Amino acid sequence: MKTVIIKYNAGNIRSVQFALERLGVDGTVTDNHEEIMSADKVIFPGVGEASTAMQYLKERKLDKVIAGLQQPVLGICLGMQLLCKHSEENDTECIGIFDTAVKRFQSPVENLLKIPQIGWNNITGLHSVMFEHVPENAYMYFVHSYYAALGADTVAITNYVINYSAALQKDNFYAVQFHPEKSAEAGARIIENFLNL
Amino acid sequence: MLTKRIIPCLDIKDGRTVKGINFENIRDAGDPIELGALYAEQGADELVFLDITATNERRKTLSELVTRIARHVNIPFTVGGGISSVEDVNVLLQSGADKISVNTSAFKDPGLVDKLAREFGSQCIVLAIDTRFEEGDWYVYLNGGRVKTPVKAFDWAKEAVDRGAGEILLTSMNNDGTKQGFALDITAQLSQHLNVPVIASGGAGTMAHFVDVFEIAQADAALAASIFHYKEIEIPALKTFLYEKGVNVRF
Repeated sequence: MKTVIIKYNAGNIRSVQFALERLGVDGTVTDNHEEIMSADKVIFPGVGEASTAMQYLKERKLDKVIAGLQQPVLGICLGMQLLCKHSEENDTECIGIFDTAVKRFQSPVENLLKIPQIGWNNITGLHSVMFEHVPENAYMYFVHSYYAALGADTVAITNYVINYSAALQKDNFYAVQFHPEKSAEAGARIIENFLNL
Repeated sequence: MLTKRIIPCLDIKDGRTVKGINFENIRDAGDPIELGALYAEQGADELVFLDITATNERRKTLSELVTRIARHVNIPFTVGGGISSVEDVNVLLQSGADKISVNTSAFKDPGLVDKLAREFGSQCIVLAIDTRFEEGDWYVYLNGGRVKTPVKAFDWAKEAVDRGAGEILLTSMNNDGTKQGFALDITAQLSQHLNVPVIASGGAGTMAHFVDVFEIAQADAALAASIFHYKEIEIPALKTFLYEKGVNVRF
């Protein structure tokens, strides 16, 4: 089995590679179209800003490559947001796998809500093979200022003043807002479930 | 619901943990990776590694260590100590650190905070402040608490957040080492008036102190070192205690 991690101008790729390594899997970090298209599993990670990331992907035509993938794809954090339709972060048109809008957290009262959300929050309403043997209310590590709204593709929900999509799934595309690679055993289980698809 | 975080801090010198740490259930208590992994297993929410190495080999040793930690530890970790440039931060993040903390270098050149936030994002920039209460207010101290400044901790924290710091790690020098509890007033002031998470540090001695810093001072996270290293408080028991007191924690 060949697992690739898409290389682009967003951080945290090393952490994903190490998480795979802990599961005994070699993750190849690449931006080569052929290599990505021929992989068995594709991970699309990311920490960064949406518009610069999209621009980078477009310049290398990686947006089209990603949209055309048939094998299981896992988007993580910014990777998940870029798989959505549109992000409020610098008004960015994204890849559009999920028909979901990405919005910025708004504090109802000044300073009530700290932005970004940083830390461990629970995920509920789990219904995806990604979450096999992951209990309801499992805690995951989140770091983000923007969130994907609830929609038809929502397969896990988290609350940070409002309910939003902690995970999305449609066809062969899987995506999580949190960082499974940093979410202890429960996170490792999600990555393992994805690799076992 | 977002939980309160418990963060053990490990001091590192020449790639090894310092302070007389005594754990019989790990082979090498001086190995930051073994100790970090043990804390992660016990339910620590994050780790902070503070490098106090002063030699020329520092940078290389630290980046190699960070890679080893990232390989083995499955929770987020922050690296701090002597970080003073965009290049330092780049190397550490590329090596696998999730966040870095800056202290004296940022105070001396506040523009560094802007640069780091722009380059890497606020979420990975932690501003560490050492502060002491004297003459009626909390003042910023530099160089590991050796150099006093005339600047108030709140003012510096606010400026740093405006410049892009994503979290504040606040250590009260009055409380540090006393085991008499965290500095609740300054922690509360920062937590209530800044829209980034505040990590309280210095003074933890009992489990009740953690309840106070979360409930009274509204800290987002609490950091401690020796009480964890000497097993005066163990993380699973602490989390159970916090849960029973109504504090939202992760299990």
